[in-house]
Amino acid sequence: MRSKMSLFNHLSLILGFSFLYLPIILLVIFSFNESRLVTVWSGFSVKWYGKLLANEGIIRAAYMTLKVAFVSSTLATIFGTMAGFSMVRYGRFRGRTLFNGMIYAPLVMPEVITGLSLLLTFVAISLDRGFVTITLAHTTFSMCYVAVVLQSRLSSFDRSIEEAAMDLGCPPAKTFFLITLPVIMPAVASGWLLSFTLSLDDLVIASFTSGPGATTLPMKIYSQMRLGVTPEINAVSTILIGIVACGVVIASMMHKRQVRRKERDQHLATS
Amino acid sequence: MGMVDGKEHDVVGGSAPRRLLTALLRKFGINARTAVVLVPYLWLLIFFLAPFLIVFKISFSEIRIAIPPYAPLFEYLEGVQLTINLKLETYRQLFEDGLYWKSYVSSLRIATLSTVFTLLIGYPIAYGMARAPKDRQLMLLMMIILPFWTSFLIRVYAWIGILKNEGFLNHFLLWAGVINDPLQLLHSDVAVYIGIVYSYLPFMVLPLYASLEKMDHSLLEAAADLGCHPLKAFWKITFPLSLPAVTAGCFLVFIPAVGEFVIPDLLGGSSTLMIGKTLWAEFFNNRNWPLASAVAVVLLLLLVVPIVMFQRYQVQQVQE
Repeated sequence: MRSKMSLFNHLSLILGFSFLYLPIILLVIFSFNESRLVTVWSGFSVKWYGKLLANEGIIRAAYMTLKVAFVSSTLATIFGTMAGFSMVRYGRFRGRTLFNGMIYAPLVMPEVITGLSLLLTFVAISLDRGFVTITLAHTTFSMCYVAVVLQSRLSSFDRSIEEAAMDLGCPPAKTFFLITLPVIMPAVASGWLLSFTLSLDDLVIASFTSGPGATTLPMKIYSQMRLGVTPEINAVSTILIGIVACGVVIASMMHKRQVRRKERDQHLATS
Repeated sequence: MGMVDGKEHDVVGGSAPRRLLTALLRKFGINARTAVVLVPYLWLLIFFLAPFLIVFKISFSEIRIAIPPYAPLFEYLEGVQLTINLKLETYRQLFEDGLYWKSYVSSLRIATLSTVFTLLIGYPIAYGMARAPKDRQLMLLMMIILPFWTSFLIRVYAWIGILKNEGFLNHFLLWAGVINDPLQLLHSDVAVYIGIVYSYLPFMVLPLYASLEKMDHSLLEAAADLGCHPLKAFWKITFPLSLPAVTAGCFLVFIPAVGEFVIPDLLGGSSTLMIGKTLWAEFFNNRNWPLASAVAVVLLLLLVVPIVMFQRYQVQQVQE
């Protein structure tokens, strides 16, 4: 499809992207509003950010959220990579259908069901609710996303280099760490990043699986949102959006550089 | 295939205890190769599958004022006699009290309509993206994915400021002279539809774009050469070819939307019934864990068919 774009195509793109971005842009702009009223502009100010830094509850919740996100996304990346690897490389094994099911179902499962079922499990095995339970819950759903990302990467993997290494006597585990892992590393990294943001973002599952003293940032934000729109929430949101945007931009720049380097190497190899 | 001969290498080297451990694991048929699948497999069995069985079990328990607030299903009376406290009470309540089945019906209705709206809005966007110049496509793709990376909660919250009585939309409409009195948009079903369409739009656009982008353009050229009107060609060629992606996108929106909690809670009104909200209230406000479990079991039964269909599609996609 590389014919010229019609007016309709242009219009649908412009309207579609305005619909996607206008709400976020308005939210960011009004985090710098002087007035307490969030929808009437009365002058530029960063005072809501200052208020935010003084809010100890929010800072503590942010720290907790980052801790959960870091641990759960790291675990999820390890397990998800293992799962994705076995889905692509192991062909049909006993229990394969169930395995596939358990990987794909969490992607669409309503969060209230996942949250409730995990909470009841933690109660049944009398595990104290808090940091550990939230991390276990987040690891579980994040690893499925990582598995899907890795699966799509590995199914287009050129296996001849692995085979060459093994023909030369490299043990499979070593082959994996020396050959396979470096090649799939961008996919592993984006899987980690995806898990991290999913964990950072989750309200429902964290609410079910957390206990007293373990409040995550989304839980904190949510309890304030129910009371209405305040510039403080706009400010927190803007910071979160900023962090994610930076992460995505850095990731895409790294990706671009890698593609360029690969092109250059190929160019050098052929000339 | 190369990985199969891994067994020989596993035992070579390593300290004595490590060798002993490997030998022990080997006895049960576990080597490095099987461990790679076994670890995530067991993890999901414990933290994904087993929890559903526990929900199922507790949905048959009786509510009790205790911690945890339900009676055990199996109890040893005086230490010897095993009694089974299987209660169908919660399920009877579920069907007799209008609130619950009304919530299910209304959730299905809201999710279905929102899915249709998302498709109607998402298709032209995906189509426009696929027709854009190749060098611009990557940037457009990034722009579709970016909102997906930003917090769901924040994106829903952004709409409160737009839709409320003194919000941006009402300000704009009053200024433009379209209306004389502000519209009550927030805390209504309309707001819930907008919230779902907005939040799930990337899930619809991504599979559609992936499918439309791969499409063989020569088919449309052939149709045009034979005098077929572009609109008819779209309906006869492009749309049928993109049908698998339409299905995938619809499932990706519909299934989570049925159980949605955040959107109806923040944007919907008190009259907006959705089952995710009902389950949440039952669990957190009424502390009726057995009833919340029964609500979850029935919801899961409703979603089993779409989830299985979605998985079939996913597996097919990978095999292609």
